[in-house]
Amino acid sequence: MEVPILKQGAYLIASVQSALADADMVQLRDALVDKVGFYRSRGVIVDVTVLDVVDSFATRMLRDLAHMIRLRGAETVIVGIQPEVAFAMVQMGLTLEGVGTALDLEEGLAFLSQRTLQDK
Amino acid sequence: MKEAQVYLHDPLPAGESDVMLLRELIAHLRRNRTQLREEWARRITQAQLLTAMSQDEIFAEATSVYDNYVEALETGTLEALQAYARDLSERIIPRGVETHEVVGIVLLLRDVLARSLFAKYQADFALLNRILDAYEPAANRIANTVAVGFVQERERIIREQQEAIRELSTPVLQVRERLLILPIIGAIDPQRARQLTEQLLSAIRTNRAKVVVIDITGVAAIDTNVANHLVQTVEASRLLGATVIVTGLSPKIAQTLVTIGVDLSKMNTVGDLQGGIEEAENLLAYKVVSSGQESPSA
Repeated sequence: MEVPILKQGAYLIASVQSALADADMVQLRDALVDKVGFYRSRGVIVDVTVLDVVDSFATRMLRDLAHMIRLRGAETVIVGIQPEVAFAMVQMGLTLEGVGTALDLEEGLAFLSQRTLQDK
Repeated sequence: MKEAQVYLHDPLPAGESDVMLLRELIAHLRRNRTQLREEWARRITQAQLLTAMSQDEIFAEATSVYDNYVEALETGTLEALQAYARDLSERIIPRGVETHEVVGIVLLLRDVLARSLFAKYQADFALLNRILDAYEPAANRIANTVAVGFVQERERIIREQQEAIRELSTPVLQVRERLLILPIIGAIDPQRARQLTEQLLSAIRTNRAKVVVIDITGVAAIDTNVANHLVQTVEASRLLGATVIVTGLSPKIAQTLVTIGVDLSKMNTVGDLQGGIEEAENLLAYKVVSSGQESPSA
């Protein structure tokens, strides 16, 4: 299932709606990296609230996506990781190294505005 | 008595003759109950055992232990004695009676009784030998039962207390908007560590916390597993968008963490709880001002 990407001011919001197959993750990554240049966005929020499993592939995709977007000149923040998912992830050693994280969409927006403010 | 003597010297099958001997020796112990009991209580006091109990208490316990002991010798069943040993342990453990004391008094009783047998049968060495053959295994079994009963009771109490400690919940407290404190007191085992993490992560979500201060001043020591668990908790909190500050690491824990090579680059540590809260307020852009410093006109 394709993930809708919404433009909200200077930010892009990708809100995951259901469990994602590996191909969907790749598609999401490519679409975001592409659109961040198209819309000249300053930040990207990926909302994973609905995911109750985040495996190593998904973690790698999220990390790659964040790093690629940084190379394209924007910030990324992953929001809505559930407590159980978070603990399962660190137990498997998947810690999203160097990727911004926040509690939910609201926090993610606050995180990005703070980040992009600092960059100015 | 005379008949018994005759029986004893008859070449009976070993088992049966043992039974006869045991019966005789029980009769002897019953006859000398008062004297042996007093002797035993005196020896207990002399050896400075059971110092937590008064003279009268020692004598009262000595009486019932003595009777149970003789009964166990007679019936050969240990259930009653086991039950008594459990009951006794339950009463004396809270008073601080140590394992060595209990083992000591049972061995003393064994000694007192054996000496009285020596005194009685010293004339007939062969008979004494056979009496001891009958007495020793039974006495050993009894000593064993009482000691094991005591230790089991002790372990049961320890288990109960561990259970009680585990049930003492570790509170996650909100001290300011978006700032949580998790004070950890006492030993952390893997089970408690997991419980702590679960509580903390769900509290972060419900309180929408940005900063968490974990205070481990009250933790005496941690091992590799718990240290790694702590690091995992810090990382999992970060995934929820919260920064964790760990405070109150004792010199010993600091040494442990460095020795076992825990990756400390992800850990934000501050010396004490006060420093941790100040750091957290800094991160949250709070500014605490003493009202005493305000100008009088204000």
